[in-house]
Amino acid sequence: MTTLAPAEAGARGAGPSTPRRSHLRRSTGRLVPLVPAIVLLALFMLGPVIWSFYGSFTNAALTGPNAAEPEWIGLDNYVQLLSDPDFPKALWLTVLFVLASAVVGQNVLGLGLAMLMRSALKPVRAVVSTLVVTAWVLPEIVAAFAAYAFFHADGTLNSLLAGVGIAGPDWLYENPMLAVILANIWRGTAFSMMVYSAAVAEVPPEITEAARVDGANGMQRLVWVTLPTIRRSISTNLMLTTLQTLSVFTLIYVMTGGGPGTDSTTLPILAYQEAFKFAQVGYGTAIATVMLVIGAVFSVVYIRSLKPEVD
Amino acid sequence: MTGLAVPASTVPGRPARDEAPAGPGPRGSSAIAGPGSRATKVLANVVLVVVGLCFVLPLGWILLASLDASATLVVDIPEEVTFANFSAVMTPEQTWVPLTNAFLLSAGTGLVTLVAAVLAAYPLSRYRMRFNKPFLYTVLFGTCLPITAMMVPVYSLFVRLNLLDSLPGTILFMAATSLPMAIWMAKNFMDSVPVSLEEAAWTDGASGMTALRRIVLPLMRPGLAVVFIFVFIQAWGNFFVPFVLLLSPEKQPAAVSIFAFFGQYGSVAYGQLAAYSMLYSLPVLALYVLVARLSGSSFALAGAVKG
Repeated sequence: MTTLAPAEAGARGAGPSTPRRSHLRRSTGRLVPLVPAIVLLALFMLGPVIWSFYGSFTNAALTGPNAAEPEWIGLDNYVQLLSDPDFPKALWLTVLFVLASAVVGQNVLGLGLAMLMRSALKPVRAVVSTLVVTAWVLPEIVAAFAAYAFFHADGTLNSLLAGVGIAGPDWLYENPMLAVILANIWRGTAFSMMVYSAAVAEVPPEITEAARVDGANGMQRLVWVTLPTIRRSISTNLMLTTLQTLSVFTLIYVMTGGGPGTDSTTLPILAYQEAFKFAQVGYGTAIATVMLVIGAVFSVVYIRSLKPEVD
Repeated sequence: MTGLAVPASTVPGRPARDEAPAGPGPRGSSAIAGPGSRATKVLANVVLVVVGLCFVLPLGWILLASLDASATLVVDIPEEVTFANFSAVMTPEQTWVPLTNAFLLSAGTGLVTLVAAVLAAYPLSRYRMRFNKPFLYTVLFGTCLPITAMMVPVYSLFVRLNLLDSLPGTILFMAATSLPMAIWMAKNFMDSVPVSLEEAAWTDGASGMTALRRIVLPLMRPGLAVVFIFVFIQAWGNFFVPFVLLLSPEKQPAAVSIFAFFGQYGSVAYGQLAAYSMLYSLPVLALYVLVARLSGSSFALAGAVKG
């Protein structure tokens, strides 16, 4: 399965045949329909990115004199960032959150579900995939409420544990990261499942069949035949889930608010709190810039891996 | 999260093509369960049922608590089924105004995105220009940027531009953020409309825009619907962007007002919170089923976005 299916290069003709005017003028005319999109992207995507870099060098505040006339303070925000104990902690929690919930959780569970679905009964497959996809289609705030109710001290999980005689902890206070990681796996696995189902369906049955005839067992066929065949889907999916999980805000904000203390404060939460709770817009912008750079690095790696298909 | 793809296969009720037949036999082989190994098949079904139970518990709470007169945070069959929770929240200021705002925001975002994306997709799909490749790379890059990270700078930019608390401003920002993905989808749908039909029109002297309007767009109507609904669903579910950019309660969409409701009454009125969540979620669930139908029928959305 290919990613972001490329246009068949060269298949498209030269367009409406106009009399030979200047080549430049013709191609300029052809670019006109792109103008609305370019204006929107420049104003509202590129603009904030540039503003983010600029704002991170100022002492902009939410209110007061520094809100109207922010001063240029150079690298002070970044120096403060490095000496702030909350920042490395938030960075580590973000890495933990991305690794555990996206790279491991969603990918492994998604692939596992995609494989299991192939040997499942039709009604089981239909019901389970509907449930998994529903958790993903729901508005994020509703999904966050549902996860909150599930992990709450008086919630479903603890009442189930009590049913088998275990007094469950207050998950949202004692294990906030575990709770939000599990919630994000619940919320996002559908994406990986759909990507892997489509990928596995395109593995030619002859290959697995041949491996089976040669005596490979199920595990060996998975590791030596199926996984290498779908490796492109795996790398694409890893990148996309990583980028999506990096920017998860609502789920954590509703479930724990980043707390207790800063024990589940990932970078998006930290940037929001510094900017809007502590009114340090410049400092929050510096955190946002760090996230943008991290996201950009991942994006470049991802796009490079897709390069042959866009060309 | 930015919900990215709606791959065509494996939408509920629409099993992946090339699925393994149920019975044993050589064609029934799959990567994990060998043919005829009944035990593995049973195990696969058991594991799936367990996973399904884990997934249904949080979802079930919303449904059951919304019908429960004395709802708690625990999934429980209501002793007394009631619609009182629904009638309690179905007031103009509680539900209808926020839902209308959400509709205006999502439909506005969908329309702006669709128009800009289709216009941009036409030259990208029909002409081979030196401009195409760098532009498509930039767009792809924009698809990947973490939008959440941008909200603090966007806020201060909006303060500067005097766009804070403005519905049109928020619509334009949300349209810009969904535009990269929409351009990709629109271009791929357009690529699947044969160019030969337009060549006849071009010979007759029609301009590119006339050909787009008269020939291409009518042929890609399902694709247009998919792009629009896709953007609409994302905008409808978006919490963080309107939470930061829209300040006055009478302008806020359901995502934000439901959060305020949760903050005020959430710890007591669980039933009402769940009922409100149901009312707010049902439109996107219905639209998702629709988009799955549309993309499954004549267009494989998997071609537009996929992993």
